[in-house]
Amino acid sequence: MLPGLEPIVSDLTERFRAHVNGVRLERANEVYLDADVEAVPGVCARLYRNWNGRLVSLFADDARQESAMFHLYYVFGLDAAHGFIVLRVPVAPGQARFTSLSNAVPAANWQEREIQDLFGLKLEGHPNPRRCALHDDWPEVYPLRKDFPLCAALPPFQGERHKFRNVEGEGVFQVPVGPVHAGIIEPGHFLFSVAGEPVLYLQIRLFYTHKGTEKLFENIPVAHGVRLAESISGDSSFAHATAFCHAIERAANVQAPPRARALRTICLELERLYNHIADIGAIATDVAFAVANAHAMRLKERVLRLNEMLTGNRLLRGMACLGGVRFDWEADQIGALKAFTGELRPEFDSLVQLIQASSSTRDRLETTGILTPETARDLGVVGIAGRASGFDHDLRRDFPHAAYDRARFLVPVYRQGDVLRRMQVRIDEVGESLGIMDQIIQGLPPGGIATPLPPLPPNAVALGYVEGWRGEIFHWIRTGGGDRLARCKVKDPSLQNWPALSEAILGNIVPDFPVVNKSFNLSYSGTDR
Amino acid sequence: MFDIIRKSLKTGIVTAKYPQSPAEVSSQARGRPEIDFAHWKDARPAVAACATGALAFTDEGRERTVTFDLAKCTFCGLCAESAAAIRMTRQYELAARRREDLKMVARYELAAEGAQSKLLSLSGPNGCASEPIDSPHGCDPRRRGPSPGYAIGASANEEARTASLESVGTQLNERVSQVLGRSLHIREVDAGSCNGCEVEIVGLNSPVYDLERFGIHFVASPRHADMLLVTGPVSRNMELALRKTYNAMPEPRLVVAVGACGCSGGIFGRNYATLGGVDKVLPVDIYIPGCPPNPCALLQGILLAIGKLYSRA
Ligand code: SF4
Repeated sequence: MLPGLEPIVSDLTERFRAHVNGVRLERANEVYLDADVEAVPGVCARLYRNWNGRLVSLFADDARQESAMFHLYYVFGLDAAHGFIVLRVPVAPGQARFTSLSNAVPAANWQEREIQDLFGLKLEGHPNPRRCALHDDWPEVYPLRKDFPLCAALPPFQGERHKFRNVEGEGVFQVPVGPVHAGIIEPGHFLFSVAGEPVLYLQIRLFYTHKGTEKLFENIPVAHGVRLAESISGDSSFAHATAFCHAIERAANVQAPPRARALRTICLELERLYNHIADIGAIATDVAFAVANAHAMRLKERVLRLNEMLTGNRLLRGMACLGGVRFDWEADQIGALKAFTGELRPEFDSLVQLIQASSSTRDRLETTGILTPETARDLGVVGIAGRASGFDHDLRRDFPHAAYDRARFLVPVYRQGDVLRRMQVRIDEVGESLGIMDQIIQGLPPGGIATPLPPLPPNAVALGYVEGWRGEIFHWIRTGGGDRLARCKVKDPSLQNWPALSEAILGNIVPDFPVVNKSFNLSYSGTDR
Repeated sequence: MFDIIRKSLKTGIVTAKYPQSPAEVSSQARGRPEIDFAHWKDARPAVAACATGALAFTDEGRERTVTFDLAKCTFCGLCAESAAAIRMTRQYELAARRREDLKMVARYELAAEGAQSKLLSLSGPNGCASEPIDSPHGCDPRRRGPSPGYAIGASANEEARTASLESVGTQLNERVSQVLGRSLHIREVDAGSCNGCEVEIVGLNSPVYDLERFGIHFVASPRHADMLLVTGPVSRNMELALRKTYNAMPEPRLVVAVGACGCSGGIFGRNYATLGGVDKVLPVDIYIPGCPPNPCALLQGILLAIGKLYSRA
């Protein structure tokens, strides 16, 4: 066990002696506590308040076949200790209910409701237990229970009948937007309550793109899961696929060879580059600075072409594989990569100068869409949005994966939490990305690019993680028999961050919503799966 | 202001010449796979490697029926890694008017070890390799670059393709102006995609692909649109919104299904939450395969669709 985790685990086992039934050390930084359901509020509060733990994932698993129980998992990240403590509690099928944590840990809100919808475990004491993952017109089905077939035929969709909350008062009216939006973006519904221009309340309705992804993971061979993971959120194809591979590799007790880890790092940074550049351009467009966007799109295209030259696909698809990566790079490819980082740097700097020289752009971005550090911490906001709101955190630094332990880089953190800072985090990170890539290319280790995987042991659990460009991505898996998974829980940072958008937009005017939304740029598909 | 102009002048024109000349595709790019049926001994490893079900086979006695569905293929190249008779080409201009045009069915008689299997019938899209492939190309990084006879624009078939595309390009403005009064308006709908297709569709508006030079615009409302560009396997939750969007469009209207998911449901197929492709909900005029299709592939599909609109009007 990592030395940092020891005092925490012994504190919890001491304090909750009556309810903690066992401690399992799966990996040095991944400790499981088996406890009774009664222990949940206490253990979670202790971790959250006293040990500065963050609830990074909360999910259920139908283990009725193996142990006649549902299991709830509460995954806490202990950033200072560089480890994870996972609380596992059983829920008997006869009493399919669990107590909500949302009042104490607001970050639990959506994830708890998702469990209620997908597993049929009833939530008690939740401030807002309405449906979340399944829309209101869905029949009473629980898709992630094992007795629900993947291809079940449901009656056709009759229309969303979601009960939005009423906002009343003189001059208050509602502006519904979506699910089909005006731009080329993903579907979701936003209901603004406004009094004049300022937004009083924003209700967000998502899960329009729910595709049964987690269920599908349980029904395909493990290796095919890599390809499915690439389709969780297209703009994070490589990050999701790598997080999935990481989980499987940890379950199989193998590590990707050093060269593969280096290539993974470069691909993760390329993904960060093209998305950050595109977002910077898009933020500029949303405040009518179209020229900056044209330049940004031009640079993004260059990254996509480089991706294709290195991996055969513009979105890096097909590159990830279990145990490493699929394609090694030859000298000419590495040369092109080197040349590219050299050329991109001045080009990018000049784009940033262009934007920063425009005072009207700055005027629109500064103090727009503020997310305070306090709210960010309560909601568990991660990634770019977290760092722009004072949360000094990055899995690349705090939980080094791939080859990040071999690179030196800074994690930009701002406290103001406005659109300008979310853009500034991206600008800073582009510079750091190029630096990381240069360092990794410099010391590119020789050797193989994939470790062959032994057959997976049944019933093994593992947490895989990657800091994607948007924020931390987790894949938790439990192996089934043979070449199958019994569960794959996917946690995209978007799920965690969406509620923050509702907070950031308060008091802003509706016409600023696009730019505020873009500054978060959350994935609908990653949320809805 | 002057800085902006100076930077624009310094940058110059970056717009790709496509479709007048072939798109710049890296030598590493993976397009559609090509199958040499006669030399394909054991179909099982490749079919097992395919995560999308694009490849499938059934054996009846000594007769094997293989289907290859381009609409499902994501060009991952895993089949080519496990079968010497399959290789990845760089072809990306794959849009088709009918779903059947993307499906290939080969029946052949399995031969004894060492001998060549006899191809009994081959139906489906043209341009499939029926001539033997001398050595595996696959995704082996040591065998890079265009291999003879398969590079873009190298075979007669490819040349004809490029030539026809070029003429499509030059006729384009004429047609658009005849039918639509100089412009085509597109409404994009994401019916449950992973947003990969959106990453590329957004690229069409970039100065590199600059869709507007053809008089083609993306519009905010379906009421202004002539064409619906749909991505995603159509999630159960998006079906109604998709229908409503379509119903709001004036006639004549076109529907283009984008990407493996839009064309067939892709890796998601049909399950409790997805319908398995745009044509399960709307009449589709053009299918654009790819995962995601690159901007030139999208452009080719859109140009093909305009031809269709022309003939219909
Ligand atoms: S390239 Fe296409 S056919 Fe081959 S394995 Fe990938 S998806 Fe299947």
